[in-house]
Amino acid sequence: MINLHPLKEFRVPVIGECINPDIFQGKTREGIAGLTIWEGNKQKKLGELFKVEEISTGQQTERTTVAIHGDVSKVRRIGLCMTNGEIAIHGDVGMHLGEEMEGGKISVHGNVGRWAGSMMNGGTIEIHGNAGDYLGAPYRGSSKGMRGGKIIVHGNAGNEAGAYMRRGVIKIYGTAGQFVGLRMHNGTIYVQKGCEGRAGACMTGGKIVVGGFLESVLPTFTIESVKKKVKIEEDDTVEGAFYLFLGDLAENSKGKLYVLKEKNPHLSCYERLL
Amino acid sequence: MELLIKNGFIYDPINGVDGEKMDIAIRDGKIVEKVNESKALKIDASGMIVMPGGVDIHCHIAGSEVNTGRLLRPEDHFKDFERKTPKTRSGVGYSVPSTFTTGYRYAKMGYTTIMNPSMPPLEAKHTHEELNDTPMLDKATYPLLGDWWFVLEYLKDGKIEECARYVAWMMTTTKGYAIKIVNPGGLEAWGSGRNVSNIDDQVPYFGITPREILRGLCKVNKLLNLPHTIHVHTNNLGKPGNYLTALDTMRCVEDLASGEKPAIHITHCQFCAFKGSDWRTVKSGAEEIAKYVNNHSHVTLDMGQVIFTDTTTMTADGPFQYGLHELSGNKWVNHDVETETSSGIVPFRYRRKSYVHAIQWSTGLELALLVKDPWRIFMTTDHPNGGPFIYYPRIIAWFMSRKARQAVLKKINPRAESRSLLPSTDRELSFYEIAIMTRAGQAKALGLKDKGHLGVGADADVAIYGINPENIDPSKKHKTVRRAFENAAYTIKGGKVVAKNGEILRHVEGATMWLDVQVSEPIKITEKMRRRFREYWTVEYDNYPVTENYLEVSHPITIKADV
Repeated sequence: MINLHPLKEFRVPVIGECINPDIFQGKTREGIAGLTIWEGNKQKKLGELFKVEEISTGQQTERTTVAIHGDVSKVRRIGLCMTNGEIAIHGDVGMHLGEEMEGGKISVHGNVGRWAGSMMNGGTIEIHGNAGDYLGAPYRGSSKGMRGGKIIVHGNAGNEAGAYMRRGVIKIYGTAGQFVGLRMHNGTIYVQKGCEGRAGACMTGGKIVVGGFLESVLPTFTIESVKKKVKIEEDDTVEGAFYLFLGDLAENSKGKLYVLKEKNPHLSCYERLL
Repeated sequence: MELLIKNGFIYDPINGVDGEKMDIAIRDGKIVEKVNESKALKIDASGMIVMPGGVDIHCHIAGSEVNTGRLLRPEDHFKDFERKTPKTRSGVGYSVPSTFTTGYRYAKMGYTTIMNPSMPPLEAKHTHEELNDTPMLDKATYPLLGDWWFVLEYLKDGKIEECARYVAWMMTTTKGYAIKIVNPGGLEAWGSGRNVSNIDDQVPYFGITPREILRGLCKVNKLLNLPHTIHVHTNNLGKPGNYLTALDTMRCVEDLASGEKPAIHITHCQFCAFKGSDWRTVKSGAEEIAKYVNNHSHVTLDMGQVIFTDTTTMTADGPFQYGLHELSGNKWVNHDVETETSSGIVPFRYRRKSYVHAIQWSTGLELALLVKDPWRIFMTTDHPNGGPFIYYPRIIAWFMSRKARQAVLKKINPRAESRSLLPSTDRELSFYEIAIMTRAGQAKALGLKDKGHLGVGADADVAIYGINPENIDPSKKHKTVRRAFENAAYTIKGGKVVAKNGEILRHVEGATMWLDVQVSEPIKITEKMRRRFREYWTVEYDNYPVTENYLEVSHPITIKADV
């Protein structure tokens, strides 16, 4: 197990691409400390920015575990393209966490910046704090959304969570911002508490489940039926009556938007259309 | 400064040199008979191929269109970036790289001259600003004249000479090099939401047909003695069954050719070589086009090869780009350039498993291999429409090796593979033919006297590639060939070594070539013309011309016209 402790409070962005179990695998402590890392416009060694500790757990497992202790909210692109292993971050973390991740697990006991799990293909990201905007969404301009894997947020998420999503699951146990599932094609997004609005704008497929207050449903969605329960993934079904809306009709599509009936009495006017 | 390239295998098709071991002497940026051997800087090219610097006849690298493409595609930039080095500037971009990166990447591949097609005359200043910032290369640009109202009006009235005078004025005013015609008539029709469907369709309001525009401008081209022919992007581009339009376009100027000089250049021919009635039945019309070109000497072509990758399509063909947006559902830009032309941009991904894209890939190569005379077909990807120019070495490998083609054929859509003519095409090009298709032929078609060859008096633009033609079999070792062409061992521009083994050694500015067309009676800027500018353009006449001091390194070519 590798422990990393930031040696100072970072003032400029650090591109932490090398903090990745795939790269650490098979390297000695010195080898890891010698990896190059950019701090602002200066190239540094990982050992100059972090104290690198190697803790022998006695287990000769293939998986490499990395733990970061401290505030790394200026460090970006941790776990870029990682395929296995585990990263645990005890503190806040910066943008592009787990970008294009293929497998393995990242858990964060703190808040994460924007674009967490951007364009991910597999693996799991669990965030115990809040997530920023563009959770699981591609970089600006790109339409290459999340293609697999799972993101769990125990706090709140920002705007445009799951934009352009194609596969996979995003579960947000707090609230979400605007444009949840913008232009999503497939996959599932579950928001346990409310979200700000414009959920599912331009969606062409997939499933968005809102278990809290949703101020209004976009006018390009039509009500289909009322469902007793909704399946989020294997062994995870949410009970309670849900309005099922289909849309976005502006895209000539039938994506599914479920909104909990109990928390949204103002949507009962749709029932007469059934 | 003197330079001596020793013992290389020289491929110089214009002078008929096919792989002979010779020395090339360079003094003050020109190739000379000999230099003082003790004083000159010597480059040992033994076991290497020496060719003239590459010439690209058609690549969109500068101008408002390309720049809008850059704005439209932030996702194209963030993965492909180049860091600053002590010698070079930083840059980003894969299919639409920034100007400096464009220059460096071309220089690494041994290219030294490039032509930027489709410059709307209104955007000439912007285009030249970007060309000024494109280092390492000599360049020129073609103004779009096929749908300019002045041209349409004079051709409608049959006033060819008057039209020629206006074209000459426009060429000098916008510092252009050749007449570019995009979807003749169609762009004007697009201004009112329509298009033309064949070369005898009427253009709304002007009452002229694409055939008349093509023939008129071909005659103008001849009257003005321009070095290149008309550079034509045909009607109906990118539509199934359009090979007939391409053949009609070639046929319509058949009688206007005289002597050896071709009369028309059909650009990115792959995009107008589709047979079939819809996208499900589309197949390659390369055979018919190649047959026509083999029997007629008035046409030159360039391929517009498709590469399976993510790219950005940009043309002045607004209606085509709108169709592409409808087809792909991707984000898009479309624009009408006042009295002159239109334009459009759509990001696009060519996929191996898509039947149509695989057919397109195959069609480009079929064209190149079925046209027998390499002096008449040139290698391009219509950068960035078919794919970024950095893939040229890959195309060279496909030309030279049947095995390399087979390797791709195995991976493409099976239905496209079964319809492709490539499995039955055994032709493998030699280094001599590659030299023609990538530099000599293009320079000849462009009428560039000092480029594309290594004879005495030519510009000292030389590319040296680290492969030994004596002990390599390119049909088997296609990967070695590809790697050698990816990073030239040496690129020499204007007598200076600018790149070595894929590393840029120095930043040099290239010249912008333009035509100073001298007519006996140049048009006068009358009050009437100024009024038209005020009425039809958003700029006043005084702000319109690109003056010579606007160009960082100006290289005027004086042409004496017959009018």
